[in-house]
Amino acid sequence: MTEKMALAKAINESLRRALETDPKVLVMGEDVGKLGGVFRVTDGLQKDFGDSRVIDTPLAESGIVGTAIGLALRGYRPVVEIQFDGFVFPAYDQIVTQLAKMHARSLGKVKMPVVVRIPYGGGIGAVEHHSESPEALFAHVAGLKIVSPSNASDAYWMMQQAIQSDDPVIFFEPKRRYWDKGEVNTEAIPGPLHKARVVREGTDLTLAAYGPMVKLCQEAADAAAEEGKSLEVLDLRSVSPLDFDSIQASVEKTRRLVVVHEAPVFFGSGAEIAARITERCFYHLEAPVLRVGGYHAPYPPARLEEEYLPGLDRVLDTVDRALAY
Amino acid sequence: MTVDSSAASEPRRSAAGKAGTTGSKTGTKRTTSRTTTRTTARTTSKKSADPELVQLLTPEGKRVKNAEYDAYVAGITPEELRGLYRDMVLTRRFDAEATALQRQGELGLWASLLGQEAAQIGSGRATREDDYVFPTYREHGVAWCRGVDPTNLLGMFRGVNHGGWDPNSNNFHLYTIVIGSQTLHATGYAMGVAKDGADSAVIAYFGDGASSQGDVAESFTFSAVYNAPVVFFCQNNQWAISEPTEKQTRVPLYQRAQGFGFPGVRVDGNDVLACLAVTKWALERARSGEGPTLVEAYTYRMGAHTTSDDPTRYRGDEERLAWEAKDPILRLRRYLEASNHAEEGFFAELEIESEALGRRVREAVRAMPDPDNFAIFENVYADGHALVDEERAQFAAYQATFADVEGGN
Repeated sequence: MTEKMALAKAINESLRRALETDPKVLVMGEDVGKLGGVFRVTDGLQKDFGDSRVIDTPLAESGIVGTAIGLALRGYRPVVEIQFDGFVFPAYDQIVTQLAKMHARSLGKVKMPVVVRIPYGGGIGAVEHHSESPEALFAHVAGLKIVSPSNASDAYWMMQQAIQSDDPVIFFEPKRRYWDKGEVNTEAIPGPLHKARVVREGTDLTLAAYGPMVKLCQEAADAAAEEGKSLEVLDLRSVSPLDFDSIQASVEKTRRLVVVHEAPVFFGSGAEIAARITERCFYHLEAPVLRVGGYHAPYPPARLEEEYLPGLDRVLDTVDRALAY
Repeated sequence: MTVDSSAASEPRRSAAGKAGTTGSKTGTKRTTSRTTTRTTARTTSKKSADPELVQLLTPEGKRVKNAEYDAYVAGITPEELRGLYRDMVLTRRFDAEATALQRQGELGLWASLLGQEAAQIGSGRATREDDYVFPTYREHGVAWCRGVDPTNLLGMFRGVNHGGWDPNSNNFHLYTIVIGSQTLHATGYAMGVAKDGADSAVIAYFGDGASSQGDVAESFTFSAVYNAPVVFFCQNNQWAISEPTEKQTRVPLYQRAQGFGFPGVRVDGNDVLACLAVTKWALERARSGEGPTLVEAYTYRMGAHTTSDDPTRYRGDEERLAWEAKDPILRLRRYLEASNHAEEGFFAELEIESEALGRRVREAVRAMPDPDNFAIFENVYADGHALVDEERAQFAAYQATFADVEGGN
């Protein structure tokens, strides 16, 4: 069945389906119950599944992830919400030292099917700690998988797959795209979770992005097309693992690559992509891999965020630089 | 030689049945009054037995009555008492062997439990088979009670793995090195037990140092809010490496529980009988739906923090000597002898068994092979990961270059 729905609603429907089909699935977090979460992503779930499956937790992120680990050890599949990107750090220790390593520590005896949902990124005029993109901090940690959907359909299906995964998945939700609507076919058979997708074909340059920046890259490609430039847009979907094969295939065709993310450029996922693609595609590249992203500065006050975030002009300027080589 | 003592495992099983639930109501009442009286009688005493310390066996091995806890060890047989003694002796012997193996270079590190045998054996034998244990990295005695082969504990200290046992085989979780993290895992696990409608209990071990960690405070909060069936067993061994307990707290640790809304009790951690009784009481509270309990086992780390530590830099001999007089093994031996619960033959046989254990551990460690190089890439993910596959292949290619060199020579 295909239905048009907002990205937030798609996640809600996906959680609902998981709660319906697997009695071991739990939803946990701050305000996820009656309120339905501050973004209403869990709206109505506690009413329908009860407070022992949709659990309002104390305001303690380490406690949320730490108890989710214990529940996973008991055979549950917790989906925990961290209310905002900037609030994940009290849980960082549990995620990095325990959640990520438990499977290896136990020589494979223990599995950690935990999903950590994090609304992330800027563009909503929020106060400090509500607009960050910390995905690279998690990508550096072996044992974690990191994904970020860009549209409603992916949000629905990637959440299904994340919950079914026996590995811990950090699920970065592009909060500024929560209200963007898209078609969701709840009966379609989804592709692999960690595979990138070409969302627009092109011949002159590849724009690679994930989460909130995919839409921006599509807009950039539209604008460039008016100037006669043909840009390919690749929705990476997964940050760990990264689908280098798909990036390579695209770059071998277009010979130029620009990576766009909201996170700071320095040590960002674009740096890793640039290094690997340079190695894989050295003789195909006509220009160095360029990056567009946040600056090496704390996320600024909301009145400045449009200057900090990659926007259409910065992406197009960078495209021009790459094409000028 | 078996790991599990059949004699001593009986107290664990005996707690399983009806005894576990009969005392629950009175348990509640006792709990409430205990919490109130104990927390109002604010104490700053640090080093000696105070009126608040639950003790059933004095350091001289004299059995003293305790109206609240006698019931939990009332049925204990001489055979079971000998079992507890045997557990402590063998655990100490194993621990000494591991320390020696570190000195001989067979282990990279060892965290000795010397002095904490009563706290660990008493609490460990209070657990039921279906209970779940979340240890720190020093719970060798509890592991013993759970039937984990002691040689399995040594892999991580030898550097061949990070935890060499299946936690679900004995309901004994892997050693956790980051201080206090496991208290949250225990709480989550206990929340799951409650959701399942099971009457099992969970016990989380931690130390006086860990009591300062936020995770421990959060586990208290979560377990209280959700009324989770978990016992927090804090071994206050007086030292967090070089920092005395006064650097962690201004109030006796067991009193922390009151602020979270559950009872806390301080037990003589060198008294195996008292540890057994108090832990049984706490586990039964958990099983009967009365929520978490904090048990502070007041004990002493007689040795170094680990084999890398040098306690002479921060504490004197007098303190250790004072605690040696309260030795957990010695006091039970005195009691066994005075009450004619054990004959000389028992002690002699145990000595032989003890040496055999030491020998077995020594041989097992020396025979423990290094892991295969490719173990680096194993079990990083349950469902695989493209980058791990790629790097494994690169590593294999790199390794293969050495084969060529050797072949060429």
